[in-house]
Amino acid sequence: MQNRISLPALIVLAIIAIALPLIPYQLHVSTYVVQMFMQAVTYAIAVLGMVVVLGYTGQINLAQAAFFGLGAYGVALGTVGGGINFWISLMLGVGAATVAGLALGLTTLRLGGHYLAMITISFQQIFDLILVNWVEFTRGPDGIAGIGRPSLFGWELADDKAYLVLCTAVLYALVFAVWYLPSTRLGRAMRSVRENELAAEVVGVHTLRTKVIAFALSALLGAIGGALYAGGFAYISPDNFNFARSIEFLTATLLGGAQSPFGGVIGTVLIVQLPEWLKHLPESLRFIKDVYLAVYGIGVILIMVFLYEGIWGLVKNLRAKYFTTPQITTDTRGVQPLVLDVQGDGSRPLLRLENLQKHFGGLKAVDGIDIDVQRGTVHALIGPNGSGKTTSLNVVSGIYRPTGGKVVLDGEDVSMLKPHQRAGRGVGRTFQNIRLFASLSALENVMVGAQRDNNPIPKGDKALRDRAMSALQFVGMADRAHVIVRNLPYGHQRLVEIARVLAGHPKLLLLDEPAAGLNQTEKMEFVELLKRLRGHGLTIFLIDHDMGLVEKVSDRITVLNFGRKIAEGAPAEVLRNPDVIAAYLGTAGEANAAA
Amino acid sequence: MEFITENLQILFTGLGLGSIYALVALGFVLIIRATNVVNFAQGDFAMLGGYAMVLFFTGLGWPYWIAFIGALLAMAVFGVLFNYGVYYPLRHRSFLPVLISTLGASIFLQNTVLYVAGPQPKPLDKLLNFDGITLGGVFLDSQYIVILVATVALVFFTFLFFEKTLLGKKLQATSQDKDMARLLGIPVALMIAITFIYSAVLGGIAGVLVGPILFVSIGMGSIIALKAFAATIIGGFGDVKGAIVGGLLLGVIESLAAQHISVPYKDAYAFLALFLFLLFRPQGIFGEKVSEKA
Repeated sequence: MQNRISLPALIVLAIIAIALPLIPYQLHVSTYVVQMFMQAVTYAIAVLGMVVVLGYTGQINLAQAAFFGLGAYGVALGTVGGGINFWISLMLGVGAATVAGLALGLTTLRLGGHYLAMITISFQQIFDLILVNWVEFTRGPDGIAGIGRPSLFGWELADDKAYLVLCTAVLYALVFAVWYLPSTRLGRAMRSVRENELAAEVVGVHTLRTKVIAFALSALLGAIGGALYAGGFAYISPDNFNFARSIEFLTATLLGGAQSPFGGVIGTVLIVQLPEWLKHLPESLRFIKDVYLAVYGIGVILIMVFLYEGIWGLVKNLRAKYFTTPQITTDTRGVQPLVLDVQGDGSRPLLRLENLQKHFGGLKAVDGIDIDVQRGTVHALIGPNGSGKTTSLNVVSGIYRPTGGKVVLDGEDVSMLKPHQRAGRGVGRTFQNIRLFASLSALENVMVGAQRDNNPIPKGDKALRDRAMSALQFVGMADRAHVIVRNLPYGHQRLVEIARVLAGHPKLLLLDEPAAGLNQTEKMEFVELLKRLRGHGLTIFLIDHDMGLVEKVSDRITVLNFGRKIAEGAPAEVLRNPDVIAAYLGTAGEANAAA
Repeated sequence: MEFITENLQILFTGLGLGSIYALVALGFVLIIRATNVVNFAQGDFAMLGGYAMVLFFTGLGWPYWIAFIGALLAMAVFGVLFNYGVYYPLRHRSFLPVLISTLGASIFLQNTVLYVAGPQPKPLDKLLNFDGITLGGVFLDSQYIVILVATVALVFFTFLFFEKTLLGKKLQATSQDKDMARLLGIPVALMIAITFIYSAVLGGIAGVLVGPILFVSIGMGSIIALKAFAATIIGGFGDVKGAIVGGLLLGVIESLAAQHISVPYKDAYAFLALFLFLLFRPQGIFGEKVSEKA
């Protein structure tokens, strides 16, 4: 389990957490030290945003300083320029940042990584230009001084130390929220996007929405940090919010460990402290202080190469290695048997492909095929390599839009729906090259499958978990529920992938070469599994190259060649069809010509 | 008439600047095709080339051409270092670690050069000894002419190199399918190293060419790179032709907008154009829509 912390560790954490802000509060420390704490605390809040977007969701954000700046300028312009209450100014700034985050996310997140990196840098640059040049509004390069501090329930926070305690309390609350996030529905969706975006979409995660929410949350956290920063230092200027600051946030996140809020906080403290420590270097090494940004640069490369999960990841891995025995088997008592809801109108085919076409430029990968998959049957699609099988499956699951023709699911034309929308209507699929969420546990993988839209199970995490356990039980993997799937053998990964689909109550199960890579024993077990699924009345549409397997499990077979249907019928008759044999083995004439 | 002359003048300047974006964008695209990763230090290649020229020509007093060749050799060596220091250790990882690593390299390069050379921008002499020529009321600055000619020559050379030589074909094979290339006995790691060298030299040339106009400065690289990258998106991600057309287009848009709208926001227009493209034609001018294969 990702989020289980042992009791002693919790107590130690709690003591440190409470003691930290009290150090400056109780002891007689200089304003300088208080300010350093203030910087670390407000930066850490912005870094939490990076944890959500980069660590959890796997999306880059190189404009966190701009969001930080939006929060800061909200408070500064609100309290100084507009004479508005601190909290209202804060909300205005945070609101503006969140809207900006949503807008940026909606325009670019569907395009993926490189674009996002580019767009966020552009946004950061434009933000900089506006801060410096729009003097009437932002007061330009001189910045804004005399920023107010709030009162809370009549308690004035004008004192530095009191204000710092407030900021620290906010940080703790947000660390807790960010720490809790991964084990929620949204958090699982985010992590599934990070691990394998295509698979996430196909099993029913609204990937675009998930990424946009992650991005907006990141902007929101950045702005909260910035707003508190403005109150803390009472003076801000554009220099505080430039690209270099964004890089600092990024470095802190990576150094500490992007996948945990604790890592983010550790990284921030180190980054804020680094210039201080460099002051104490011996004279001969003092030059490093002047090039500390260069040190960040090298640091970033070294972290990427040697310490990808950051300091927190290193600690976690060491702990896992030396101090805890990994929990390998899971208690499976009380797991309910899997129920598959296969009710429906039996008078029409569950899946109908009507004159389906998919062209890539001039290549007609699928060139007008008609197939009816009857409810409750196992229907196999076979054909030589390049005959259009996988392309057809991709069109059915929504990865490709058809060039022409229709995909009709249970009477509804779904041709133009996105994969997650089809998953929400009961289309489930597996992939030829297994696509699991590698760093999630088997249980979490299957829970992502269970949390598709319209899954007919009760609300709440408990129901998702129960459903997932039932699905794992069905494929015989319940006792390995808590193993990280990356560590499972290949055959077991196949089973988890099938459980992930089953947890979502599929009406139609699409299997893309499910037996590929399995050994003989595994294949036989797999055939048994397919027969059990058919026994439950599930409709299955599958591709495979193993004719033995296809013949054993199928009720009906369609054969494709060069994107067209060349035969269809019961297994025995199709596999003896001369056209089919010719397609696979070549005709006698061709064989002679080749000889 | 004056309106036309003025705009022709701007068009000329825009094409000159656009050529620089195009050259850096070309370097981007070559690396994208070879490694599937955007190199965020691409602009710093131009910056380094510029500083190498300043060092050899202004600092050490070498003759112009010797200094120029020296700068290109230095960039070639740097390309090797960059390949093995920044890309190679991460070659089996997903794009995000590599992207972040190149970003780290960029920060490192800028701040190291800042420390060594100081924050003051450095002037650089023009290649030719005359200011320029006036043609129909339009003043053609000699350096802009040099830039345009050099860009055309380099684009032509790149085309010949990739299409007509065996090495170029091996490079193309590597960028299209690494596994297949490896099976055919093409040394993939070497091919990628060569791509980095070529890309670094192209960047270096851009830096040397633009130095006399913009001055050689720490930040020159990142701003050129951002626009060059915008150019690759506008032209079509990973498309060579697109990078060049996109670069020229951006240069012209930027110069026209700066003249007719507002100068302080000169650098924002490229990004504005980029946003518009992303909204309405995300695949760019020459790009095709591609989706991930299952």
